[in-house]
Amino acid sequence: MANKLDLDLSKVDLSRKMAGKIADRLHAWIGDYTTTTTERAAARLLGIDGVDAAGVPLANVMVEKLQQAGLLDRGLVPWLAKAIVARGKTAQEIAQDLADGKLKVEDVPDGPEEKWRDTADGLAGKAAAQIGVVRAQRESRIAKAAPPSKPMLYVIVATGNVYEDAVQAKAAALQGADIVAVIRHTGQSLLDYVPYGPTSEGFGGTYATQENFRIVRSALDEAGEETGRYIRLVNYASGLCMPEISAMGAMERLDMMLNDAMYGILFRDINMRRTFIDQHFSRMINAYAGIIINTGEDNYLTTTDAFDKGYTVLASQFINEQLALHSGLKEEQMGLGHAFEINPAMEDGLLMEIAQAQLCRELFPKSPLKYMPPTKHVTGNIFKTYLINGMYNLVAVMTGQEIQLLGMLTEAIHTPFISDRYLSIDNANYIFNNARHLGDELIFAPGGKVQARATRLLDEACAMLQEIEQIGLETAMERGLFADIKRTREGGKGGSGVIRKGSSYYNPFLNIFVDHAISTEGRLS
Amino acid sequence: MAIDLGKVKTYGDTLNDGAMQVSFTLPVPVGDEAKEAARQIALKMGLESPAITEMADLGAGFTFFVLYGKCTHSVDFTAIKVPKQQQRILNFKEVNNLIKNELGRKVVVVAACTGSDAHTVGIDAIINMKGYMGEYGLERYPEMEAYNLGSQVPNAELLARAVELGADAILVSQVVTQKNIHLENLTELVELSEAEGLRDQVLLICGGPRISHELAIELGYDAGFGPGTLPNHVASYIAAELKRRKKTGKNDTA
Repeated sequence: MANKLDLDLSKVDLSRKMAGKIADRLHAWIGDYTTTTTERAAARLLGIDGVDAAGVPLANVMVEKLQQAGLLDRGLVPWLAKAIVARGKTAQEIAQDLADGKLKVEDVPDGPEEKWRDTADGLAGKAAAQIGVVRAQRESRIAKAAPPSKPMLYVIVATGNVYEDAVQAKAAALQGADIVAVIRHTGQSLLDYVPYGPTSEGFGGTYATQENFRIVRSALDEAGEETGRYIRLVNYASGLCMPEISAMGAMERLDMMLNDAMYGILFRDINMRRTFIDQHFSRMINAYAGIIINTGEDNYLTTTDAFDKGYTVLASQFINEQLALHSGLKEEQMGLGHAFEINPAMEDGLLMEIAQAQLCRELFPKSPLKYMPPTKHVTGNIFKTYLINGMYNLVAVMTGQEIQLLGMLTEAIHTPFISDRYLSIDNANYIFNNARHLGDELIFAPGGKVQARATRLLDEACAMLQEIEQIGLETAMERGLFADIKRTREGGKGGSGVIRKGSSYYNPFLNIFVDHAISTEGRLS
Repeated sequence: MAIDLGKVKTYGDTLNDGAMQVSFTLPVPVGDEAKEAARQIALKMGLESPAITEMADLGAGFTFFVLYGKCTHSVDFTAIKVPKQQQRILNFKEVNNLIKNELGRKVVVVAACTGSDAHTVGIDAIINMKGYMGEYGLERYPEMEAYNLGSQVPNAELLARAVELGADAILVSQVVTQKNIHLENLTELVELSEAEGLRDQVLLICGGPRISHELAIELGYDAGFGPGTLPNHVASYIAAELKRRKKTGKNDTA
């Protein structure tokens, strides 16, 4: 680790150790439970797609029926495999028959265990192999493409209409964006199902559906082929359907997913247990699919003061890192988040931003850090915002950030126009090129403002982690330690979707993902 | 040269030069034809002698322009009347004193981002303890009970909570706007409150980057707050308006 900040490395080790214990404490119980969306994700991985006559996704239909029959504590896959054995049909056909009323849950006999297990393992193995094919396609496309220079340029499109998104995404890629995120319809995180098919009506963004993923993927592949690059596609494995969206992304070659372990609890008031269980399976899928996750620590700084609460970002990054390791993600897949949100009116605010960004870089040297632009203190003065975004870009290139979500000069006015995106790319390209090796030339004054700020942040984060290690992460969130938001253990949405696993619970994907993580030297619980 | 307030024109560096800058995108490929199209748009906007200072290829058949021209239009400044909040802005202490002395009870404020909007930065700045730019949020006001219901709150739920808590004022924030969804959302709240017979019993206030007091009045709100609003601005209005209503006997919520 470069140590330009003259950090006390024992503090770094202690912080990581505390975060590890915090994650272990959660994992002492996470494995005892499953959730409705975890089981639906397994159904989707096995190829169950489409909706019933009322528009309800077949994955939801099956999970609901199994739940009504009191069988969901065994997992969805055993019943499905038994039905396939008994009827000689595909998973999709079984789901369709169940939705049409041609098949009832109780019609399926238990049958000999070896037989349905073989079927389950065989189908899951095939499904996983297919994800492996998609992963290999990504790797091969990336190998052939010109490597992106760092920081990579990340822009968002948010028209609400997937066909318009595809046009804008392609235009952004042609303008030089390396990464394109399609912002989700603002209400989707609280839907306990994933909408189906192409969609053209969303507010603040576009519904995440498998078909929409396919449409934008194909537009970005076209742009990539035209420019000899590989354009990365991002969506949101967050909300009440984290693992299902990861499954869809794994199948449709999404490259990155917003996928935070705590975001849903804090900012969407989703039940704590539900989120911790969901994020685990969701991240296992991402790990296997080679998807890079982005964590959401930047959000803490929009509800609290970025200067006073900068340390909470670090503490959360340590926790996100340890939880991600439990799910088999490698450090190279962890786009840990932070943000440039200190009030621009602060004297030496730039030094404070440099300290935080450099500290993140040094603490997580392998992470493709995700850096978020100023939003809280920017106004409709587009000229000033453009300048602040330039300062943000300067800090990014100087401190070696990797995933740079570009600030828009019209932030706080509207979702970006096509020209806003162009100007943001122009801004970043100018600064990244003009200051390419600035970081290599810089050292910080010993004991100066930057080092002092970094030391203080690490001290505070370490103290916070020690406190959380004592009280547990759930209690910490009950007390509002993150983002000043308090959440109760039993409160929040989606709690009824948490199910204690029965003794005969089975989900073949868990074994497949664990084996893969071990064979590729990831750590896993 | 004296300014003629009856005919005010945009200003660059000389009175009545009409100078103006605009930037926009056309959905046509970059080139001389695109440039001519941009020039014609400017002329139709009333910009004389349009000079295109930047033309950039946005890819995928779009072209971006920065353009300067001389606007031929003028406005009669002497005839302009804008409805304003007449309320003098009080500080934290003054607001609390006013409530204590004039109303003699706690003022209840319920706030939310409504509809699909998940952006709480505005409402948090006004309500949360910490406040914004050194001004405490309404939660910190000893004479107020402020409830921040957070984001994506349906209008009906907001009203139900307001009734339950006996709200004196409802604050609605709308930050992200796309195809004017914020207007629909804001209008729906007014209609719902009228349908429920609550409209006269509570101050309806909206805020956000695209909100002005004038717009708020137009939509049927009592007040609107735009960018740059600090918590005490809102608090001053609420306290003074409740005092006024108490004195006139109008809509006393107590």
